[in-house]
Amino acid sequence: MRATSPETSQALGQRVRKPRREWQGWQFVGPFALVFVFVFIAPLAFALYLSLFQNRMVGGNSFVGFENYVAALSDPQFWNGFIRVVLFLLVQVPIMLALALVAALAIDSARLYASGVFRMVIFLPYAVPAVVAVLIWGFMYGNNFGLTANINDLLGTDVLRPFSGQWILASIGNIVTWEYIGYNMLIFYSALKTIPAELYEAAEIDGARGFQVIKAIKIPAARGAIVIATIFSIIGSFQLFNEPNVLKPLAENVISSYFTPNMYAYNLSFAGQQFNYAATVAIIMGVITAVIAYVVQLRGTRKEDR
Amino acid sequence: MFNLNKGPRRGRGAAALAVAGLAAMSLVACSTGPGAGAGAGSASDLDAALEKGGELTYWTWTPSGEAQAEAFMKEYPNVEVTVVNAGTATDQYTKLQNAITAGSGAPDVAQIEYYAIQQFALSEGLLDLSSYDFGELEDKYTPSTWSAVNLNGGIYGLPQDSGPMVMFYNTTVFDQFGLSVPTTWDEYIATAAKLHEADPSKYITNDAGDPGFAQPLIWQAGGHPYQADGTDVTINLQDEGTKRWADTWNQLLEPGLLSDIPTWSDDWYKALGDGSLATIVTGAWMPGVLESSLPEGAGHWRVAPLPSYDGSAATAENGGSAQSVIKQSKNPALAAAFLRWLNSSDESVDVFLENGGFPSTTAQLNADEFLNATPEYFGGQEINKVLVDASANVVDGWEYLPFQVYANSVFADTVGQAYANRSDLNTGLLAWQDNLITYGNSQGFTASE
Repeated sequence: MRATSPETSQALGQRVRKPRREWQGWQFVGPFALVFVFVFIAPLAFALYLSLFQNRMVGGNSFVGFENYVAALSDPQFWNGFIRVVLFLLVQVPIMLALALVAALAIDSARLYASGVFRMVIFLPYAVPAVVAVLIWGFMYGNNFGLTANINDLLGTDVLRPFSGQWILASIGNIVTWEYIGYNMLIFYSALKTIPAELYEAAEIDGARGFQVIKAIKIPAARGAIVIATIFSIIGSFQLFNEPNVLKPLAENVISSYFTPNMYAYNLSFAGQQFNYAATVAIIMGVITAVIAYVVQLRGTRKEDR
Repeated sequence: MFNLNKGPRRGRGAAALAVAGLAAMSLVACSTGPGAGAGAGSASDLDAALEKGGELTYWTWTPSGEAQAEAFMKEYPNVEVTVVNAGTATDQYTKLQNAITAGSGAPDVAQIEYYAIQQFALSEGLLDLSSYDFGELEDKYTPSTWSAVNLNGGIYGLPQDSGPMVMFYNTTVFDQFGLSVPTTWDEYIATAAKLHEADPSKYITNDAGDPGFAQPLIWQAGGHPYQADGTDVTINLQDEGTKRWADTWNQLLEPGLLSDIPTWSDDWYKALGDGSLATIVTGAWMPGVLESSLPEGAGHWRVAPLPSYDGSAATAENGGSAQSVIKQSKNPALAAAFLRWLNSSDESVDVFLENGGFPSTTAQLNADEFLNATPEYFGGQEINKVLVDASANVVDGWEYLPFQVYANSVFADTVGQAYANRSDLNTGLLAWQDNLITYGNSQGFTASE
C-alpha cells in the first residue's frame, strides 16, 4: 500500500511517539531473534573469544592475542588440508553441476519417458543420510571383499584401489557427486520450470532447434540457480567432513587427521584438547569461504545483469 | 519469554559445542559448580553411603554393564544406578573430557581404558581413591592391572578387565600348509614367509598400523619410550626395546608379509572367516569376541602364548579398562562404594565373566572352574590356562604418555605412513616422536627426547 499520503503517515508517526515503547515489533521478531542469537551469533562470538586464548593441559588458560592466528596461517597441516579441498572443489563441483544440469535439462525436455521416475531415482541418494551413504560406499570400496575387489577379479587387474593415496580423493568425489546430483538437479529443474511457454513458442517461430533453445533460453534462465548451486557447492567442499571422517577407519594411513580443514579442527579439539586453536582454524576457514562465496556471487550476478 | 538479556549467558554451552565443531553430543550447560568431590573421605564413609542411598550415573560400553548395575541395585535397594552407553572408547572420552571441562554433565563413574587414565588423572578429572583405603584392594588384582590404575602415588580407578597378549591361530590353515606354531618372532617371520609363498592370498596376520597394537608389542620388546615425571616428559621412540620391535616388524612389513586389512573392519571378519589370516595377535579378551562375531570360525581357532624374542615367556597388556570415579561427582562416597562393589565383589565379577569378559581379579582367574573350561569353539582346548599364564608374564615398568589419546590420534599421520609405503618403521617412529614432543611442549609439559 504505497498510496498513503505523506500527511497521514506523518500524523501516524506523531501518534506513535508516546512515552511508552511499543513492543509489538519485538514480539514479531522475538522468536526469530532468540533462536538467531542462540544458534548463530553466540557460537560465532564464543569462537572468536576462544581463538584469542590458549588453554594448556599444564598451566591453564591464558590470553594470547592473535598468536593462534599467526600459528594457523603458517601451519603446513592446515594448508595441506586447505589445498586438498580446493583441488576437490575445482574438479568435483564442475563435474557434479554439469551432470546435474544435463539431468535437469533431460527431465525438462519432455522427451523422456517416465521423467518422474528418473527425477525420483536421481534425487533418492540425497534422502539417504550422508553417514549411511558413506558406510554403504565403504563396503563397496573394500579392497579385498567389496565390489571393487570383484571388479578387479573380473578384469584380472589390480587397478581399482579406492582407498589408496592416489584414488582416495576421487573415491570421495564420487560419493559426494552421487549424494548431491539430485539436489542440484532439483534446483536447476525448478528454475527451468519458471520459463514462460511463450518464449519457447517464439523460439519455435524463429526456427530455433533443440540445442539453440538450450543455449539461448534455458541456460540463461537458469543462471541464477547455477550461481546459487555453485555457492552451495563451494561451501560444501570447504566443509568436507562426513565422507572422509567416516572412511578414515577403513583408510587410516591415507586419510590423515588433517585431511580437510574441518577434520583438522575436529581432531584438534576432540583428540588434542586444542579447542582454542580449533576455533581459530574454523574462523579462518569461515572467512575464506565467505570471501570466495561472495566473489562468486558478485561475478555471477554481474553477468546476469549484463 | 522474549527476554533477550538471558540469551548470551545461557547460550554458552551451546556455543562451546558449536565451536568445537561438528559432532552432536550431549553437553549440559548452565552450571558452573565445581562439583562436590573434594576427595576427603574414609573407608567407613562407603558403607554409610550405601545405606543412605542416592542416585548414580555410570558410563560404560561393557556388555555386562547393565546386568551388573541391576545386581547391585538388588543388593542395595536405596541406590539407583543409571547406566549410559556414551559411546565406545574415544567417542566416550570426547564427551567425558567436554563434561569435565564444562564443569558439569559428567557421570559419577566411568569406564576408561588403561592407556587413557593418566590423561584424565592429570587433567584433574578423576578422584584419587586412596583416602577410601582402596590400597587394601591391591591383592585382589593382577600386578599389571593394578599398576595401570596406580599413578603418581594415587589410585585413579579399579581394574575391570585385562588383555594380556596371546596368539590365536587358525589350526586348519596351519595343518593345511604344514606349519608349526611359532614360539619366537624369528619363527613367526619364517612361518609368515612360508605361508605367503605357498598361497599368496594368505597372510600370517593383518596390520595396517594401529597404535593400540604397536605399543603393546613395543612394551613386550622391552621398550620404555615414555617416561613422565610430573610435567617432565621424555619421549624416545628409538630406545633399545622400541627399535627391537621396529626392526623385527620391518621384516614382516617391508616384504609384504602383512595384510593391510584394518582390524575390526568388515573385510577383517571376512578374512578371518575364510582363512586368509592365519593368526591374530591380541588381548585375552578375544575369545568372547570371536565366539559372538565369528561363528563360522568355530573349531578352527586355538590359543598359544605370544611369540617372544628369546623364547622365554613375556607379554604385554593390550587394551583393558578400569572404572574411575569422576571428581565432579556430587556423591563421591557412594560412587566409590559402587565402584568397589563393581570391580571387586564376586557377585559383580561373576556377571562380568558370564558375559565373556576376561577379568583382572586373581580369585576369578585362578578358580578351577575357569581354568578347566574347555570351550568347543576352541576345539576343547583349555584356553584359559594359556590366557591366565599370560597375565602373569606381563613385562613390568611400562608407562603411557599423559596425552596418550592425542598421541594415538596422530599415529596414522606419522608411523602410518611407513605402513602405507611399506618402508622403515623407525622413520615413522621418529616422525611420531617429533610430533609428540612439539605437542607436549605446546601443552605446557617439558617434553624432550
